[in-house]
Amino acid sequence: MNRKHIYSGWFLLPAIVVFGIFFLLPMVMSLFFSLTVWDFDSWSFIGLENFRVFFSERTLNVSVLNTLKYAVLTSGLKVVLAFFLALFLNSKIKTKGFLRAVAFFPNLVSTIAVGITFRALMHPSKGIINGALELLGIVGVDWLGNPDIALLSIIITDVWKGVGVATVIYLAGLQSIDRSYYEAASLDGASRWQQIRDITLPLVRPAMNSVIILSFVGGMRSFDLIWAMTSGVPTAATNVIASAVYGQYAAGFYGLATAGNVVMLVLISLIVFPLQKFLISREVQ
Amino acid sequence: MKTKTKPNKKKYNCIGDIVGVLAATVVFIVPFLFMLFNSLKDKKEANFLNLAPPSSVEWGNYLDVIQTDKYTILRAFLNSGLITLFSVILLTVLCSMAGYVLQRRRGKLASGVNMIVLIGLMVPPAILPTIWVMQGLQVYRSMFGMILVEAALQIPFTIMLYRGFMSSIPAELEEAAVIDGCGRWRVFFKIIFPLLKPVTATVIILNAVTIFNDFTNPLYFLPGSENVTVQLTLYRYMGQFANSFNLLFADVIIITIPMLILFIIFNKKIVAGMVAGAVKG
Repeated sequence: MNRKHIYSGWFLLPAIVVFGIFFLLPMVMSLFFSLTVWDFDSWSFIGLENFRVFFSERTLNVSVLNTLKYAVLTSGLKVVLAFFLALFLNSKIKTKGFLRAVAFFPNLVSTIAVGITFRALMHPSKGIINGALELLGIVGVDWLGNPDIALLSIIITDVWKGVGVATVIYLAGLQSIDRSYYEAASLDGASRWQQIRDITLPLVRPAMNSVIILSFVGGMRSFDLIWAMTSGVPTAATNVIASAVYGQYAAGFYGLATAGNVVMLVLISLIVFPLQKFLISREVQ
Repeated sequence: MKTKTKPNKKKYNCIGDIVGVLAATVVFIVPFLFMLFNSLKDKKEANFLNLAPPSSVEWGNYLDVIQTDKYTILRAFLNSGLITLFSVILLTVLCSMAGYVLQRRRGKLASGVNMIVLIGLMVPPAILPTIWVMQGLQVYRSMFGMILVEAALQIPFTIMLYRGFMSSIPAELEEAAVIDGCGRWRVFFKIIFPLLKPVTATVIILNAVTIFNDFTNPLYFLPGSENVTVQLTLYRYMGQFANSFNLLFADVIIITIPMLILFIIFNKKIVAGMVAGAVKG
C-alpha cells in the first residue's frame, strides 16, 4: 500500500491554512509594511526610514539593549538556579513532590496577577521585601522606581515565575541518567562535585539546551510582565522591543511599530538558530 | 565504605527537607498568602500591604469585585472560556491530523512543514499585519477571529506534541486497517485518534492554560468593552482599584483559583506535558 495514499497531504491542509493565514502571511507582510507609513487601509513606501528612526531615537533603540539584557539574564538565571534546584529535588528527600509542585505552580498563574503582586511586594516603603531586608539590617531599595535596578527587579520576578518549568525539564534529564555511572565513579573515589562536573553536567546537556533556548526565546518576546509591573508606561530603563511595538501602535505610528516587530524577528533568528546549532553540536552522543 | 556513608545520608535527608520546605515557603508560598490575606482585609488595612492575617474577614470584597461595572468579570469569564474552549477544540483536531501525517511521511512536503513548525516555535508573531489580515477577512474585534489567532499561535507547539507521541504508535496498525478495507480518514479518526488520548489530554490542559492566561493577544486583537477577557479586566482593575488593594487582590485570587484547582487535579499531566514539549523542540 502506498504510504502517500494513507498519509495524505490533505491531513496537513487545515493546520497549514490557519497557520499560514494568521501567522506566516502577517510575518511576510511585516517585511513589506515595515518599509511604509501605513494605517491598515493605505500605505506609502518610505524605504528604510522606519528602521533609521527606530535605531536613532533613544527611547526606541534602548529597547533593543534592554531586550537582550532581559533575555540573557532571565535565561542565565533560570539555567543555573534550576540546575541546582533540580539536583536538590533529585536527592533523597521526602518532600520532593510537594516542593516540585510549589516551585512549578507560579507558571500557571496569570502574568498580570504576578505583576500586580510583585509590584505590591516591591513597594519601596510598605512592601514586605524591604520590610524583611530591614529586619536583617539592610536598607531597602526602590525596586521598580530606581531606573538602575527596575529592569532587574522585573527579571527577578520573571525568574520566580519560570524557574519551576526549567527545574522539571532538568529533573526529567537527571532521571534518565543511568545510576551505574555514579556507582562506578564513587568506587573510583570521585567526590560529589567531581561526579556533578564529569557525569551529571555532560549528560544533562540536552535538557539544559532546552532550558536555554526556551527561556531565551521567551525572554526576547517578553511583554506582559513588564507591562503589568510598569503599569503600561515603561521608561527608558524598562522599555523592551515588544513594549516599544505596543507604544508605537498606540501612538498611531504603524510603520514604526511594524519595523520594531521586524527588528525582534531578525534579532531572534540571528541569535537563536545559530545558538541552537551550536548547543546541539556540543551534546554528548 | 558503604556502611560508613549510610548514617550520614540519613541525617542529611532530614535537614534537606527542612531547608527545602522553609525556603519554598518564603519564596513561593508567601506571595500567595499575601494575595489571599489582602483580598480578605478592609480597604484601609489592605493598603498597608503587609503579611498580617486580616483582623476581620471581609468576604464582601469578592462580591464587590464581581459586581463592579455591572458584572463585567462574569462576562469576561464567559468570553475567555469560549475563546479557550473553541481554540482548544480546533487545535486538537487540526494538530492531531497534522502531527500524525508528519510523523509518518518522508519527503519534501513533510520536511517543509516541519521547517515551518520549527520557525513558528521561535519567531514572534507580526502583530500589526495580523490586524491587517483580520480586517481584510472581517474578523478583527470578533470572538471568531480571536479564536483563530489563538489557535494559529499554538499550532507549532501542538503539532510537535502530537508528532512526538505518534512515534510510539506502530505503523503496522494503519497498514493492517487499510488492507482490511478501511479508508484513510476512518483509519485516523477511528483507530489513531483514540490512541492519542494521553497526549490529547496534555494538549488540552497546556493550551487551555496558555490561552486563558493570554493577555497580549486579546489586548491587540480583541479591543472594546463588550469583548473583555479575564486578563484584560484584571489589567484594567489595576488602574481602577489603585487605592483598593483588597479588591484588586480579590480579583487576583478569583483568577488564580481555577488554575490552582486545575493544577491539583492534573499536576502530573501538566508537568509531563511541559517537559515533553520542551525536550522534543
